[in-house]
Amino acid sequence: MRSYAIYVAKRILQFALVVFVGISITFLITHLTPIDPVEHAVAQVSTFGFSSPESIELLRQSLKELYGVGDNLWEEYLIFWRRLAMLDFGPSLSAFPTPVSELIGRAIPWTIGLLTVSTLLSWFIGNVLGGLAGYYSRNRILRVLGMIMMGLHPVPYYIVAFVLLIVFTFLLPILPSSGGYEMNLRTGWTPQFVGSVLMHSILPSLSLILVGVGSWFMGMRALVSNIVTDDYVTYAALAGVPDKKLVTSYVMRNAFLPQITGLAMSIGAIFNGAVITEQVFGYPGIGRLLVEAVHAADYSLVLGITSIAIIAVSAAVFIIDIIYPLIDPRVQVSQ
Amino acid sequence: MIAVLRDLFRYNGEFAIGCVIMAIILGLAVASFFSPYEPIDSYVVALDAPPSLEYIFGTNSRGQDIFWQLTFAIRNTLAFGFIVALISRILSLTIGLISGYVGGIVDRILMSINDTFIVIPLFPLLVLLYFVLRDDMTWFVLALVMAGLGWAYDARLIRSVMISLRTREFTNTSVFSGMSMPRIVTQEHLPYVLPIVFSTFMNNMNWSIGLEVTLAVLGFTDVDTPTVGGMIFWANQHSAMVSGVWWWYFFPTLFVTLTFIGLFLLAISMNEYIDPRSRLDRMGNS
Repeated sequence: MRSYAIYVAKRILQFALVVFVGISITFLITHLTPIDPVEHAVAQVSTFGFSSPESIELLRQSLKELYGVGDNLWEEYLIFWRRLAMLDFGPSLSAFPTPVSELIGRAIPWTIGLLTVSTLLSWFIGNVLGGLAGYYSRNRILRVLGMIMMGLHPVPYYIVAFVLLIVFTFLLPILPSSGGYEMNLRTGWTPQFVGSVLMHSILPSLSLILVGVGSWFMGMRALVSNIVTDDYVTYAALAGVPDKKLVTSYVMRNAFLPQITGLAMSIGAIFNGAVITEQVFGYPGIGRLLVEAVHAADYSLVLGITSIAIIAVSAAVFIIDIIYPLIDPRVQVSQ
Repeated sequence: MIAVLRDLFRYNGEFAIGCVIMAIILGLAVASFFSPYEPIDSYVVALDAPPSLEYIFGTNSRGQDIFWQLTFAIRNTLAFGFIVALISRILSLTIGLISGYVGGIVDRILMSINDTFIVIPLFPLLVLLYFVLRDDMTWFVLALVMAGLGWAYDARLIRSVMISLRTREFTNTSVFSGMSMPRIVTQEHLPYVLPIVFSTFMNNMNWSIGLEVTLAVLGFTDVDTPTVGGMIFWANQHSAMVSGVWWWYFFPTLFVTLTFIGLFLLAISMNEYIDPRSRLDRMGNS
């Protein structure tokens, strides 16, 4: 138990480091800008002339703190962190005066839902099929499957999503093309609404799964084909352990472990994919909010989303890292 | 070297297919030097002409010949991937070698930084960078930034190879026979590491081209420099799908996908070359 505590403490340190570096890069990037974002933004809002002077002042205040057009860079940096700790990014510019945190809060469940389901599914499907392909390496169907996976894997998310969109909404219109649910439905836990959400999530998650499954498949196939030649497997096979049991409890079980570490390492890349997938399918998650915010020149929203994305992704990695030793007892000893 | 390539070509189907695909892609890129039009010229040919003998890939709504436009786009896209991969290889090789060789506290610090860069989601950062720089975000700035952020995964790989090499018998022999450390690393170890560097080079090119296409499609890059993503961006801007100009999407998508598959096949065949067991297996079968 004590070694587990040390392990967790190390992971917490790493988590803190990731957030620190990520947020610092964010801070640096926003300070590279040659133009004064605060006055630029204030001018943009006040040209429409519908806001009260108090709310404009509030906006200027929060922008100044976020972009830190104060006197001292260190001071600005500290104020930036304080804002972030309170998750207060001020009011959004494009949806003035709705706070940025509220917009993000509304979008984030969609992204988390989409990502959790598609990541776990592609991880599971890819590993099981890849494990079988590694074990039964002469099986013709699995070989063809391997070639398909290899062809799909290097194709970027955008292209897969785009092709799916054309095929299933244009050539063969059976699935909804955009949105998270049907427009005229009331949100709530009614069967109709849940069904609509599921229907709308099929294409986005399918495109994420199609791209994601390939790397798990190939990684697992390589791992399994190495393990198969290990002495303990040969011994078990000679001792008469049935084939099915050999694959599941002797070979695949061990090969799954490095794949869990792989999952933690790929979360960031999966998140990148989700941003573009949401954009293609008009899914109301954080990725689409980000793209819209850029087009609307909404500084606070872009900054808010970037910071939240960094924290959320590193938190997901942290959680996987924490769970890992519970599955693989060797980690506690070696770490 | 030539004998190795010949064997790879003969016994490794993936390598052969990858070479053929990349030869076609490179041929297209080279063809751009013979283009009758300048890349930014528009309204030089008939609008929206479908693929025909005169315009083999058709023309777009901006009056550009898609074939010639694509040759420029592929050249720029490949060059972009190449620069990112080259710079980030230098970074990951240096950091991987130092970390694996020196070990101890240096290794721990470098790997903490390394893991940090693996975890941080790059896409929002790149979007933020574009958002701040806007028109100052040129093709080259983007390449530099992506190289600076994309080395981490491969540095870890190179480090693990170095650690295993350091504990091998021949390293001890070299040390005892009085070879200096830099010489051992460059003369004895680098030949083992280089194939991995080449293989990750291809993968890194794929990664950077994929991100560039994604950013360009959203309009978050310098869209006036023709790239494959930029072509799709302009097709979207002109709602080419609605007006039925499908070839405007089809050819860029087809060729960028071919590039991905070609580079990927070269990368995995290189991996197989690194692992001699699978190489022997393959030669024995054919």
